[in-house]
Formats: sequence, structure tokens, C-alpha cells
Amino acid sequence: MKLTLGNVSRPGESPVNETGSWRTSNKPRFLQQNCIACDMCALHCPEGCIYGEEENTYINDERYCKGCGICAWICPKDDIEMIPEVAEDD
Amino acid sequence: MTRQMLQGCRAISEMVTLCRPQVVSAYPITPQTVIVEELAQIVADGRLKAEFVNVEGEHSAASTVLGASAAGVRVFTATSSQGLLLMAEVVFNIAGMRLPVVMVNANRSVSAPLNIWNDQQDSMAVRDSGWVQLYAENNQEACDLILQAYKIAEDHRVMLPVMVCVDGFVLPHAYEMVDLPDQEDVDAFLPPFAPMYRLDPANPLTLGAYAEPDKYMETRYMLQETLRATLPIIEEVARDFSKSFGRPAHGAFEAYRLGDASTVVVAMGSMAGTIKEVVDELREKGQKVGLLRLIAFRPLPAAALYDALKNARDIVVLEKAVSLGNSGPLATELRALFQGRPASPGIDGFVIGLGGRDVTMEDIRGAVSKAQEGAVDAEFVHLREDLELEGVNA
Repeated sequence: MKLTLGNVSRPGESPVNETGSWRTSNKPRFLQQNCIACDMCALHCPEGCIYGEEENTYINDERYCKGCGICAWICPKDDIEMIPEVAEDD
Repeated sequence: MTRQMLQGCRAISEMVTLCRPQVVSAYPITPQTVIVEELAQIVADGRLKAEFVNVEGEHSAASTVLGASAAGVRVFTATSSQGLLLMAEVVFNIAGMRLPVVMVNANRSVSAPLNIWNDQQDSMAVRDSGWVQLYAENNQEACDLILQAYKIAEDHRVMLPVMVCVDGFVLPHAYEMVDLPDQEDVDAFLPPFAPMYRLDPANPLTLGAYAEPDKYMETRYMLQETLRATLPIIEEVARDFSKSFGRPAHGAFEAYRLGDASTVVVAMGSMAGTIKEVVDELREKGQKVGLLRLIAFRPLPAAALYDALKNARDIVVLEKAVSLGNSGPLATELRALFQGRPASPGIDGFVIGLGGRDVTMEDIRGAVSKAQEGAVDAEFVHLREDLELEGVNA
């Protein structure tokens, strides 16, 4: 990518900044078992990095997710759980 | 060209008018006030087609010209002292956003105590902001540097703001003969501003966007590299200026009787006139003395300064500023130039003329002879001896 003079950016360009490296030590796991597609997780995500269309399709984008846990807390079906960042390596 | 006897403020405002800025915003502060009063009158009279934006303080003045420059028009502002310090936050932003703002700073001391007279502590306080800083010796040069400042700032290889520093009262309030160029010659020298990026509702963009740790350093590196690459452009614009207007422009510094000089005075701004008198006087007595008058403090022409000073035995730095707690900023930087290099002149630092104290020929003679005797660092010249200074150990 090119850095312009004065850091000029155009609308919609902010996703070039992958900010997921700031994540806390936990991250959400979307179980995709009891999801009713209520969209609450996506609406409450402060990063706007949860996407889904239908039941059991919702997933976060780890390039931006900060691990705040709001999605797991708000989910009415307890279908999102927070897991330690290192879990996959174990 | 029209030679006229003008007050510095008037000459500067006329030169700014010739450069056709489209937005001028400023807040009055002594000794800059008359510059922008004149400009307000010129705009009111219809001689300059510009918006003159009255604001409630210097932070807003700087923000106004920042916004207008980002919208793609040529801008001007001026300030002094506390005004520059109040602008400081925006001053850094203007450079970081790569906006070619031109500002005249009528150099004045900083508070406290309140003092409205000249020294250069105000502009030194923002030396690290990313602006090009040029210091004028007289009103003719102040005018000439304003025109060159726009040409340097708006060059697409540069796109940085330029501060033209004029010693408060000594220049803006003095009457001198000044050659003001004709409009058509100015227009030929300085084409209309062509922004590289500009704010436009039809094509939205953000200037100075957020940069995380993975990009911020690169943006500062870009500023650093561009400022260094601006040195030859300052020289190029000075050559173009001389060719267009038939008057010398010195570029980053002026060498005065420097050829065989073993003692070289280094200074910036208006006191150079008095120093030249002393140099001439000492030359008549057979002393090999010269003056290097620095015009571009930022970017510092380090390599050229080394070459110009390497044959000197004593370098006498006279400066109207001090980095409190260390030495004078210019003396410190000159010492760094010679670190680890073959030439190793003595570099003596004197702090002179703070808060409008006169810089006399006697002061300059005294500093030169003191420097020739032994090492001097941050010595305050001509301190009163009849005052008891509480808290200072005698």
C-alpha cells in the first residue's frame, strides 16, 4: 500500500488498518448451533466486525475483533462463548 | 519594480497581496498586528480578492488557514510570541497534513514575565514542528522570502508550510526602502496553487487520518526526508528569484566576508546588519573575521554549513534564544555538526538581545574577543551587574 502525503484517506478505506493485534487475551467463538439470526451480536459489536445472514452463519472478523466479549454477553441463546486466545495452539 | 519607503508591516502586507492568497485569517498580537490590519484594509478596499476571517484567537486563526489550505486555496496568517504558542497544536497539524501554509512570525519574547519586544524564543519553541523556518535580515528580504516561501511550500516535491521569521519591531515597525515587484512578474514567478489533494464534497476524503504504530513512524520519516530534500529546492527557488527579480537571494545562508576568516560569527535575523558593521571594522584592523548569516534554520543546511565553517578556528554563535536548561539551540546544533569530523573549531555560544535588549556593536565586539580567548557556553551577553538576582548564586 501507499502512504500519501498528509495521510489522505478516502471513504471506506479504514479496513486497511487491521487492528486485531490489540485484542485482549480472549476472543469469541461463534458456536453456530442455536443461533436465531437476531443480529444482536452484529449490532452491538463496537468494531462492526461481525457478519452473518441467516441462522448459524454469524462469525467475527479476527483482523478487527478486540475480544471485548459484548457479543457473547448479549447473545440471547448463549451461542457465543469467550475462549482464551491461545486455545487453538493447545 | 517600485522602490518605496515603507513601514515593514506595510511592505509585508503588500508583498502578501501580490502573492494573491484567497483566505487570510489572523488574530492581532503585538508586534504582528499592523501586518494583518493592513491586509484587512486591503481586502476591505477590494485590492485583494480574499476572505479575511476574523477569529477569536490564534488557535482558530491557524485552524482556519489549515482548513482553507486543505480545501485547496492559497492562505496566509501571521502571529507572534504567545500567539504562536497558542497555535502550536495546529502548527504541528499543518505540517503533518502537508499543507503549504505561509505564515509570518514577528519574533517576540515569550511570557512570563510579559514582554512585547523582540527575540527568537517563540519560533525556536516550534522548531521541531516540520515547518520550513526562514529568518530575514531586513524588510526587503522579508518580502522576498514571503514570495519564495509560497514557491517552496507549494512545490509538489515539498508540500510543507513555511514560517518567515522577522524580528519584531526591528523589522515590522521600521521604515526602509523596499522594492516591491510588479504583479505580472509575481504571477509569472508564482503560478496559482495546484493542490495535490483537496477537500471536496463531491469527492470526499480525510486529510491527516489516524495512523497506528504500524504507520505513524513512516509518516514522520516522510516529513524528515522531505525536509532534507527541501534544501536544494530552497537554493533552486533562490536562483529563480534572483533571475526573475535581479536581486540576490541567498538561499539557506549568506556568507559575509567568510573566505579566509578564522573567526566566524553565526547569527540569524536582523542583528546581522550590526554584526556586518563589526566585521567590517575588525577587518580594517586586520582581523580575519566573517559572518555566516543563517536563513534556513529548518531544514538545517548541515553539509553546506560544515563546508562553510570547517576552516574557522573560532565560531561565535550569537542567538536570541536559549534552550533553558541547556545551551542556545543554534550553538548546540553547530557543535553537533562537527562531532566526529576532521575539522574541530571552537564553538562559543552567546545568548543575546532577549526581550528587546539592544544588540550593540560593543556587545558583538566583546563576544568575539571573549570567544577568541577561551571556551564559552550559553553566556548571557551584557547582563546588568547592578541588579541582585534572587535565587542565583553569585
